[in-house]
Amino acid sequence: MREILSRLRAAGGGLRAAISRDESNGDQLATDGGTTVTTAGDDTLRKSLPVEWELVESAPFWLPPVLLAGFFVYGAIAWNFLLSLTDYNGLGGATYANFDFSMYARMLNDGAFWHAAQNTVVLLVVFTVLCLALGLLVAILIDQNIRFENSFRTIYLLPMSLSFVVTATMWAWVYNARSGVFNQLLRLFNLEGLLVGLLRPAGVNAEVIQWLSWNTTALAAVIFALIWQFSGYAMVVFLAGLRAIPQAHYEAARVDGATTVRMYMRVIIPQLRASAVSASVVLMVFALKAFDFIYALRGSQPGANMDILATMMYRVAFDSLQWAYGSAIAIVLFALALLVIGPYLYSEYRRGEL
Amino acid sequence: MSTGTRDYVEELRDMDNSRIGLYAVLLFGIVFYLFPVETAVMTMFKTQGEFARTLPFAPPSADGFTLSALATAWNTLRPGLLNSLVMAIPATIMSALLGSLTAYGLTTISWRGQVGVVVFIIAGIFIPYQAVLVPLAQFWYQILPGLLNGFVNTVFGFITGGDWAYPSRNGYVQLFQLSITHGAYGIPICTLLFRSYYQAISDEMIEAARLDGASAFSIYRNIILPLSLPMFAVTLIYQFTQVYNDLLFALVLVNEPAAQVATQRLAALTGGVVQSFNTTMAGAIVAAFPTLLVYIVFGEQFAKGVAGEN
Repeated sequence: MREILSRLRAAGGGLRAAISRDESNGDQLATDGGTTVTTAGDDTLRKSLPVEWELVESAPFWLPPVLLAGFFVYGAIAWNFLLSLTDYNGLGGATYANFDFSMYARMLNDGAFWHAAQNTVVLLVVFTVLCLALGLLVAILIDQNIRFENSFRTIYLLPMSLSFVVTATMWAWVYNARSGVFNQLLRLFNLEGLLVGLLRPAGVNAEVIQWLSWNTTALAAVIFALIWQFSGYAMVVFLAGLRAIPQAHYEAARVDGATTVRMYMRVIIPQLRASAVSASVVLMVFALKAFDFIYALRGSQPGANMDILATMMYRVAFDSLQWAYGSAIAIVLFALALLVIGPYLYSEYRRGEL
Repeated sequence: MSTGTRDYVEELRDMDNSRIGLYAVLLFGIVFYLFPVETAVMTMFKTQGEFARTLPFAPPSADGFTLSALATAWNTLRPGLLNSLVMAIPATIMSALLGSLTAYGLTTISWRGQVGVVVFIIAGIFIPYQAVLVPLAQFWYQILPGLLNGFVNTVFGFITGGDWAYPSRNGYVQLFQLSITHGAYGIPICTLLFRSYYQAISDEMIEAARLDGASAFSIYRNIILPLSLPMFAVTLIYQFTQVYNDLLFALVLVNEPAAQVATQRLAALTGGVVQSFNTTMAGAIVAAFPTLLVYIVFGEQFAKGVAGEN
């Protein structure tokens, strides 16, 4: 029944009543996936339409929102690219002239750009890998038929519901050199002196750890806080993946006498590949967007140790009013995002997951 | 036989030990995920001297307890909270409604090549917003006012006398612009959430309605929309949290102090030179309060929204 209905759906819309009569007459409804339907009478309407009827019928629903989002997303990116080719800066409107790649050439010789690019890649990779690892571990622990599972899950996911600005405010206090939690705890266990010796950058005199300004710790501190905020997300994705694995796989491994660790390493974790891929794509995108966190923590000039392309772009464009240069940096950031999501969306498309 | 029994008992005891270990680790997880929030709550009730002197996660002593930090933060953030709600609620509804319509047109009604449109729109979820910031500022501050001024002064020139100007510096106008911007950028994720939901809806009811001659709109109105209500809850909650929490768009689109949203005001509070951590922590909790409330009440829907984003 359902098959017939879906075949019917592939046929023209205006002639539904006629088609449904045809159906009862026999199998006149041959279809090759919905393009050519050899029902007499349908041909005339079909030929008069250059496109499928369903496309026409559905357009009022999806076309206006797609155009709106398309304008804001792709229109703006194209526009941004155009601006990156100009020399637009300062107050006043843009002048669309002198198109060249001088802003991109400027980047190559800009030490600040390379710092920011390096930090962005380090943040992207380290944050994503550690977040996945922690999320997987927590998901496996939660998946052990524990009591109060929902409460644990809700609490672990809670940081993700908070704004970057809120979490940055909280972490600024946690990392505070004089009275923050970390340094006070280290002091309590007499570990502060030891760590100061280990972490203190050359030429610095401080006796307390300046987590957010030392070049040895600044980026790590940001990454740690972001892992705190987003590992709950990785947990949720992995948990959904774990729940999709048939119970029989666990039982088979148990019957084979595998230990718990072996069972997870050999049987369960390999099946979580899809979850890991989709979680890492989203996490990388979060990492590229970490602007709000760093801005709330250190303002638009976080210093070379913490600067990422997102903060640099904002500073160059909106503080220094170098619009064209800012646009060019934004295009690099966009290209990075494309490197991450392009292959992902393509493989999803190939697997028919979209 | 007796060895077998002993093995079993031992296994049970081992299991108990491992269960205890498991719960210990899970409890440590609670400490890990909540300590920054807990220290913020404790610190916001402490006086300046008290928070410098005590451990951040310890509750304030009777002498060191104060509500003045909370009062200061509340007074600073209150207009921002209101602005945030006024901006975020319409933006959320707009994204959810348009996302639902888009998903309907691209899922329930199926036609060849629609996957291309789906990829086109879903890719919009993942773009870094830096890539659209300069054009956004151009659009809202240069192009749109220019076009509107020209249009209004030409068509209604006899009323305006040719000197009407789009009120770019009006706080409400800026909030409106921010709201529309968020609404538009929210369409892709809302479409994805609704699409995965609509894919699971059985075709048969819809086909039956089609055979009865129901129009696409009436199918949406009478079948899809009522079935979508749980998904609307998920989408509205998730999207509200995202919009409310954003700072970047607000920084770029809102510069009138009276129109600043909560995250902007909190960032200003934190960025101050004097580090009164009791006030900034109170500010963080006040700014987080709406989303925390939503999360505590609708945690399940939020988790679904999060899980849908992959």
